Amino acid sequence: MKFLTLMTTGLLTVAAPVSAATDIQFWHAMGGRLGEVVEEIAAKYNASQEEYNLVPTYKGGYEDTMTAGIAAFRAQQQPNIIQIFDAGAATIINAKGATVPVAELMSDFNAEDYIEGVRNFYADSDGNMIGMPFNSSTPLLYWNKDIFAEVGLDTPPATWEEFEAMAPKFKDAGYQALAQSHSPWIFSENFHSRHNLQLATGNNGYDSTDVEILYNNDHLKMHWGKVKEWLDAGYYGFYGRGWGDNQDAFVQKKVAMWLGSSGSFGGLANSAEFEFGAAELPYWKSITEEPYGTFIGGAALFAMAGKPDEENAGVADFMSFLTSPEMQYFWHKETGYVPITNAAYELAKSDGYYESTPDAEVGITQLTQRAGEWTKGYRLGFYVQIREAMYKQYDNIFSGASTVDAAFDAMEEESNALLDRFDASMN
Amino acid sequence: MKRVQYEHSPIPYLFVAPQIIIIVIFFLWPAAQAVYQSFLLEDAFGLSSQFVWFRNYSDTILSGAWLQAAWFTMIFSFLVTFLSLGLALLLAVKANEVIQGASTYKTLLMWAYAIAPPVAGLMGNLMFNPLIGDLYGFMNAVGFDFDHKLDPVDAGFVVVLISVWKQVSVNFIFFLSGLQGIPKSVQEAALMDCKSSFRRFWTITFPLLAPTTFFLMVINITYAFFETFGIIDTTTQGAPGGATTTLVFKVFQDGFRGADIGGSSAQSVVLMLLVLALTVIQFRFIEKKVHY
Repeated sequence: MKFLTLMTTGLLTVAAPVSAATDIQFWHAMGGRLGEVVEEIAAKYNASQEEYNLVPTYKGGYEDTMTAGIAAFRAQQQPNIIQIFDAGAATIINAKGATVPVAELMSDFNAEDYIEGVRNFYADSDGNMIGMPFNSSTPLLYWNKDIFAEVGLDTPPATWEEFEAMAPKFKDAGYQALAQSHSPWIFSENFHSRHNLQLATGNNGYDSTDVEILYNNDHLKMHWGKVKEWLDAGYYGFYGRGWGDNQDAFVQKKVAMWLGSSGSFGGLANSAEFEFGAAELPYWKSITEEPYGTFIGGAALFAMAGKPDEENAGVADFMSFLTSPEMQYFWHKETGYVPITNAAYELAKSDGYYESTPDAEVGITQLTQRAGEWTKGYRLGFYVQIREAMYKQYDNIFSGASTVDAAFDAMEEESNALLDRFDASMN
Repeated sequence: MKRVQYEHSPIPYLFVAPQIIIIVIFFLWPAAQAVYQSFLLEDAFGLSSQFVWFRNYSDTILSGAWLQAAWFTMIFSFLVTFLSLGLALLLAVKANEVIQGASTYKTLLMWAYAIAPPVAGLMGNLMFNPLIGDLYGFMNAVGFDFDHKLDPVDAGFVVVLISVWKQVSVNFIFFLSGLQGIPKSVQEAALMDCKSSFRRFWTITFPLLAPTTFFLMVINITYAFFETFGIIDTTTQGAPGGATTTLVFKVFQDGFRGADIGGSSAQSVVLMLLVLALTVIQFRFIEKKVHY
């Protein structure tokens, strides 16, 4: 009898903490160093409380993670939390009943807590946040200070007009002036935000799925006409559509400036053997006197529907933990992604982080720049395929296979056919 | 009713059952699913679903992007099949004649067989990297204005080169064993009748190799259609301007990246029919010329 009691007590003490914790499955797309930071966050969360056990699983790239989540949902095996990237936002948000909006899930949710540029990107047209912005980044200009000094310059261009004026100096010194790593993101989507231009009908796609794309406009065509001129003049380097191909050209000192993500900062600091700085994304003074803020890009966390309340409570609890100033500041420092709440931004400021590393603040100041009607984001279906159509046409502009006008006509036609199809799939 | 057949024992069915079950589970059932999905227009999560007849087919197959991919796939498959068979045959004939150190040659030529297509693609991508690639530098140094990031022909050259390189070794092994299967007596008789080794090859050796060649042709076309996916994905990703997108890569782009399940199912069904038609043509018309 005594033995039996001893056994039961022993079993209880061993088993109790394990069986009490509810597992929260979290599928993400953060590989390499970023994945390690996600693991650290999970470890911190699990150590901070005993009710839930967060289980992060790396599912490959953004597209792979989304596909895995879709397949799992169809088989009713979905995780509690899934990370979905900007281009997939319309797919998951428009699928009514696939997710539980975070604004509903979190009892203490207040949109005002989030910094200006972040609030709307993953929200519905009424401003209710559906997904929780997780890794938020924005396009920045990185410049090689050594090359700038070599050609007698010391400040990066704030506008494309300034860029045009300084580009020949780099060419004369044997460098290409500029490369960039994501034409649809930097030279199309954020181009519209930076200049406060509408990019799709239906309130940039927030109000409806029955929309048409507005990329075929004079401003964007003017910009691409210029980019093609720069390419032909040797001011612009195109090293392929791969992100890394163009970043490598900057690291290897072939180009003086590179447009990448605010999240690229850490990687560059490790690989570049020269002093570099981060600056805001240039804009055309001929379009707007003062620039507007950019989109956040990156990805958000969505709470998938069809889960028991107990687990949903765990998801809400984790999201509160994740958006706490301390965790946001940790994430910001470790990865270079921007903090998403005002409190976290204040914490980073008061901690003196931006005095020691001023470049880390550029992304946030750019995101919090004045907002316009068209800076909150866009919501377009089959956007992955639309981006593919854009890549295709930008290749054609570069190679000279199409004129700028013809390329944008073809892009518009292909994109609208895709949007039409997406709209039909929602009814 | 009149029984014309003898009583059959059920045991043979039992023996073939595992094979049949595998075919049903891994081929017939998914194929039927694809056909079914190809008539549905759904959101990615399957929450709203409607039967749309042939809309998925007309939306995808009639689009310029699909036709471009179909055209490229045909040219690409022809080039890959023709070149990898031709080169492998040449190498096999030459290796078969080598007496000194024959096994070293053969081992070296078979080596690439062990490499998976995505790995071959990664290696090729590195060699054609504009910043550090040796082959990229070489092509430009010998006077080509080589830029596979923007020139469709150059990009096609890169994927064909890598695909052929990867496949030559497989063909080489089969051709070599085929050559070794040709009876010595026949070769010696031919040697007495004809001095020209070139003519001897085309009149005696090549026809005797026909069963091997036919088999390899079927295998190679399938390879060019489907397995080169890994090479495309790790090199050009269908660029520039969609010029190196194969049909399989497009199915992947639309279905796995773009979450358009109906559209990519429709493309898969068409692809299935295309390959079926090609195989039927091969067996109907070309196999007639093959003497076993």
